[in-house]
Amino acid sequence: MHRLRAALPSLAVIAVLIAVWWAAVIATGSLIFPTPWAVVTGTWELIENGTLWQHISASLMRVLIGFGLAACVAVPLGLWMGWVRGAYRMLNPLFQILRPISPIAWIPIAILWFGVGDASPIYLIFISSVFPMVVQTTVGVHTIEKRYLRAAENFGVSRRTLFTRVVIPAVLPQIVVGMRIGLGVAWLVVVAAEMIALHSGLGYMIMDSRNAGNRYDLVVAGMIIIGLIGLSLDGLMRLLEGMRWVRWRYAH
Amino acid sequence: MRTKIEVREVAKGFASDQGRLDVIESVSFSVREGEFVAIVGPSGCGKTTLLNLLAGFLRPDAGVVLIDGAPRPRPDARGILISQQGSVFPWLTVRENLMFGLNGRAPAKTAAIADHYADIVGLKGFEDSYPHELSGGMLKRAELARALVVKPETLYMDEPFSALDALLSLRMRSELLRILAQERHTVLLITHDVEEAIHLADRILVLSERPARVRAAFDVPLSHPRRLASAAAQELRIAVLRELGVDEAAG
Repeated sequence: MHRLRAALPSLAVIAVLIAVWWAAVIATGSLIFPTPWAVVTGTWELIENGTLWQHISASLMRVLIGFGLAACVAVPLGLWMGWVRGAYRMLNPLFQILRPISPIAWIPIAILWFGVGDASPIYLIFISSVFPMVVQTTVGVHTIEKRYLRAAENFGVSRRTLFTRVVIPAVLPQIVVGMRIGLGVAWLVVVAAEMIALHSGLGYMIMDSRNAGNRYDLVVAGMIIIGLIGLSLDGLMRLLEGMRWVRWRYAH
Repeated sequence: MRTKIEVREVAKGFASDQGRLDVIESVSFSVREGEFVAIVGPSGCGKTTLLNLLAGFLRPDAGVVLIDGAPRPRPDARGILISQQGSVFPWLTVRENLMFGLNGRAPAKTAAIADHYADIVGLKGFEDSYPHELSGGMLKRAELARALVVKPETLYMDEPFSALDALLSLRMRSELLRILAQERHTVLLITHDVEEAIHLADRILVLSERPARVRAAFDVPLSHPRRLASAAAQELRIAVLRELGVDEAAG
């Protein structure tokens, strides 16, 4: 009940927006731009013929693989760069140059290297989500408070223990933040990548609906679904922040 | 009793924006095994630097620090430093924190040792709590227990109770004495609180303003439990304060 009341203002804004949209379509008598109701019926059509689920699962699968690979590379790399000064000096400038390059700019090269199959968008997701995660992890190691490292040093523990009991747990909250950012970027990029070159996925669905007869009801439906799935993914990552290994970070 | 720590003409400075900053200038003293020595001095006089030199976190520019007759250039578990801000790992439970220094031994055994020390410092029942679930006083107890677990020869305490409120700080002092009565350690305590020094220490060293030198040394010939209101304690307090530049008798 309390949560419902807290959500009320945002729901009201959305309701007003839909009403304005509906009124505008009717007032202008647009033949192409859909009413909210047309979007609902369009979505239902996609659910009934089964294509919606196909597109969603295709997009999610690409994100999962690309993001998973990026996390597997970024976390160890970030820990290494954070811990070993030489590694940081060697790699940080390169990453700072690569990081601002939009994933869209990589599309021609991705097609050249990986063709138009699943590998291209997976590569684009990888390249765009790996850098934020590397940066967050590195910053996490750099910001471990000295007093904890000194205490560990005082007890004369092995390097291995220092890493598993101090460095990794201390950085874990930052890694989770990095993963949340990385997954958000990955979802943003998969849709863009699918618009260029594929035969499935939500991005493809949007472009295809326009090209195959100006089905703008399906275009808008696709956009809304992308937004809702992005929100859910972020919600999942927020659940990670509640885990006991990272909860101490948010306790104060 | 034999000498545990010998500090011989130790000097230490740091590079700063205004050039070199001499923090410690030729400090010499020695500490006997099992002795409790309090070091008092004006704030910013280099007390913490001195403790870091003793614990092995810093190396002197000149002079030597000998522990059991030999230099100890790196910190190790034979001398545990308890800092003012505290360093109980927030991502580990109390038990895991206490087990930290025992790493490498059989886990079942270390857990039992950890729980034993949690009990000694009065944290029984909180072994599975995380530090953020503890009060400030309990955190200090956890920190002390984590140090005691590894059976250090020496405890280096840098204003350990100064962040606590006056009542809690007083109670922690009594707790510390109770624990030290069970397990005798050599203790070096840094404090700006003269009463705390008189309450706890066998001997009090007074440092000068920076660059620090030992300005005076006082034995505390009072038996425990000590009454700070006693004439002897008050007399000592006035004498120590006078060395610190505060003349209460004249005021």
